[in-house]
Amino acid sequence: MSVQVRDISVRFGRRQVLDALTLPEMHAGEVTVLAGPNAAGKSTLLRAIAQLLPHQGQVALDGQDLRQMPATERARLVGFMPQSLPSGSSLIALETVIAALRAGKTLPAHQADAAAMAVMEKLGIASLALEPLDALSGGQRQMVALAQAIVRDPSLLLLDEPTSALDLARQVRLLSELRRLAAEGRVVAAVLHDLALAAQWADRIVLIHAGRVHAHGRPQDVLTPALLAEIYGVEARIERCSRGRLMVLIDGERQLAR
Amino acid sequence: MVGDAAAMNDILHRYQAQGRRHAALVGLLALAALAALVLDLTTGPAGLPLGDTLRALTGGQVSRGAQVIVWDVRLPVACMALLVGAALALAGAEMQTVLENPLAEPFTLGVSASAALGAAVAIVLGLTVPGLPPVWGVSANAFVFAVGALMLLQLLGRIRGGGPEVLILFGVALNFTAAALLSLVQFVASADALQQLVFWSMGSLAATQWPGVAMVAVVLALAVPFSLRASWKLTALRLGQDQAQSFGVDVAALRRWTLLRVGVLSAAAVSMVGVIGFVGLAGPHIARLLVGENHRVFLPASLLTGALVMSLASTLSKTVVPGVLLPIGLVTSLIGLPIFFALILRGRRR
Repeated sequence: MSVQVRDISVRFGRRQVLDALTLPEMHAGEVTVLAGPNAAGKSTLLRAIAQLLPHQGQVALDGQDLRQMPATERARLVGFMPQSLPSGSSLIALETVIAALRAGKTLPAHQADAAAMAVMEKLGIASLALEPLDALSGGQRQMVALAQAIVRDPSLLLLDEPTSALDLARQVRLLSELRRLAAEGRVVAAVLHDLALAAQWADRIVLIHAGRVHAHGRPQDVLTPALLAEIYGVEARIERCSRGRLMVLIDGERQLAR
Repeated sequence: MVGDAAAMNDILHRYQAQGRRHAALVGLLALAALAALVLDLTTGPAGLPLGDTLRALTGGQVSRGAQVIVWDVRLPVACMALLVGAALALAGAEMQTVLENPLAEPFTLGVSASAALGAAVAIVLGLTVPGLPPVWGVSANAFVFAVGALMLLQLLGRIRGGGPEVLILFGVALNFTAAALLSLVQFVASADALQQLVFWSMGSLAATQWPGVAMVAVVLALAVPFSLRASWKLTALRLGQDQAQSFGVDVAALRRWTLLRVGVLSAAAVSMVGVIGFVGLAGPHIARLLVGENHRVFLPASLLTGALVMSLASTLSKTVVPGVLLPIGLVTSLIGLPIFFALILRGRRR
């Protein structure tokens, strides 16, 4: 399975957020990280791929245009995890995961309940199942959002800053889960700000700057001091630790990367 | 792993038990609404004893007068109270969800004010839907104006992109416009028409007749299955438009059809009884406190809470001032106001 994203343009009023952006083809088994400075258009791109906002250009899954598909069919194929879930509802966590299954298609209650519970268990948040969503912490809500995104067993998984509110253990848990989901034959694309995490977990990094793809490739090819200086305006060193992993060290005084 | 499976099953059982508890609460609300209906039937200026009322209802031996009072005066009024409360609260619940605003309801969106304007045009200017018997003229006008207001709202919303904030703002503007035009019509009205109009715009069950009850009942019966069918979609929308859409919900279509459905429902209700405030607001909020926001139980609970509140208000309107029948819209507003303030204060704290 592969995903093609071609010539995506998005305008918000007068502002051209994305300008005919084309991503390298993404394949099953790969984790692609979208990185870049604030307001580069990463989240907008992710939402456009998920068909959540009006855009020009084409997103195709194995040649099938996502835009032409009925919403329910698309929901079966694509999972989207937002940066955060809105507060103010009095739903409990398990209900929201069940809603992610039953809003788009008819499913017997016991089957949906069990499937939602199994996903929460797999993510290590079974104990939160009966808690009101509003009572959960930011990190816990993010894990519930991930459960909502993967409960339909999608082929393409899109995640918007999935680790932004997670503690260290949960970050590792989420990222290894993403690796596992990819290994099972899915295409995974995530917006990440933390380049150290990206270096460790991504197969490929796409650096986005001012609505365009600035560079893409394997982490060791993309994460270079020159490119980071160009995009983020920081002085950076790329080192290898004793285990051979890439480390991104920022020396510059103005740390714009975070 | 065996332990994990057991723990998972335990959580699922607890979730299902919670579902049964909520279903039982909905059942209790239904019983309470029924009890309120009986209470409503037993109160009134005629001072009919409970026994006589029940005998008249069940076809037992009672005087002709009691028979008439129960069947032709009290029962249609009491049924109308239940139905209108149910319709407005269901409409309010769905409006709050699709417009993502806890203050949305037929009253705040200008449906009620537009209905009142329609009624005023019929009463004062004598303009109404041609070809209808005169008794139906006022209600028909109110219905047409209320539905027209909703159509206008949808149209304006569509031009500006149809987001919930835009619809709310247009609704509020519509409310004020209709209210201003209503004042204008009142200004030129004769004293006789004015009295009729004032009574109508405060909401009243006094003029209820069986055909009107049947009409609201039919519209409600037609709307409810569609509401329940959309319940998981509406639940998903509580997580925001993006989430609902990524779950496979066509949010624009859901918003459009829901507003149309509950718009017609609330128009049917207010066209029969006039402007009734706060039931559409209070019903859903009380229901939310009782059963949460899974719309599979939240919608029925809202509907029944609205029916219960309205039925109790109907009883109150006859008993608060002995011998005087207060306009029911006044009573619901007075009950609703404290709830409204409590909500604002709760929102502030969050």
